[in-house]
Amino acid sequence: MIGVLQFPGSCDERDAVHAAERVGDARLVWHEETDFAGLDAVIVPGGFSYGDYLRAGAIARFAPAMEALADFAGRGGPVLGICNGFQVLCEAHLLPGALLANEGLRFVCRQVDVTVESTDTVFTRGIETGKRISVPVKHMTGRYFAPPEELDRLEANGQVAFRYAPGHNPNGSERDIAGVANESGNVVGLMPHPEHAVDALTGSNDALDLFAALASVPAAA
Amino acid sequence: MKARVLIRPKEGLPDPQGKAVERALPALGFDGVSHVRVGRMVELEAADEAELKSLCEQLLANPLIEDFEVEKL
Repeated sequence: MIGVLQFPGSCDERDAVHAAERVGDARLVWHEETDFAGLDAVIVPGGFSYGDYLRAGAIARFAPAMEALADFAGRGGPVLGICNGFQVLCEAHLLPGALLANEGLRFVCRQVDVTVESTDTVFTRGIETGKRISVPVKHMTGRYFAPPEELDRLEANGQVAFRYAPGHNPNGSERDIAGVANESGNVVGLMPHPEHAVDALTGSNDALDLFAALASVPAAA
Repeated sequence: MKARVLIRPKEGLPDPQGKAVERALPALGFDGVSHVRVGRMVELEAADEAELKSLCEQLLANPLIEDFEVEKL
């Protein structure tokens, strides 16, 4: 069972449930829930949790479900943050770095090509390294930032999970980074929206394999 | 105590808001304005002054990308 967190202001939770249901079972997890028993993986979806007040993701970090999420991640449970969910995971220090306002100061909403850089994560296991997938982005605060020495460390550890293909970086992200993982690879976050790329009818089903990978992670002890 | 917290992008980090403001000024005839940076200001009343730094680090600012200063009112 894949759980999809829902904060006040989330808006992509239903698409995330739909994407997860393409490969298994899924249900919504309200932000006040603190019992994650029975969940095999958790998705923190996109949207504008708590109105993005103060900084994107800053308030959601303190939701009751986030403590349970940190425990779940600490036990090796697979966690995927998409867009606002990525921002939340960075604010909660479950992932390194931060997201800054887009370089062009505009909200960007377009289809981009992204390459899979590391297959050592719960969301990319079994995928071919360098595989190019087409997924939409839609965000205002998506410019990935970390200090240069931290970026070097992430690259050396294989924690850069996704990169925008050359010429596709929509927001000025450092080193074209679109998504990163934690050191153990069980927490992954990315700005593009794989949950909107699971059906050819809406432009691309390139991300189906990624959700299949997430759904097939062995249960954490 | 009353306090005002000023939060701004860390020195050297991109600040597209500041840049946009800077670029808009010459159109109004204000030449010679540079190094514009846009941040946030939070006013609050705190029962325990000693907690201010910690609450700034944990919530009001993200120390990875922002600097803050606390001004007592």
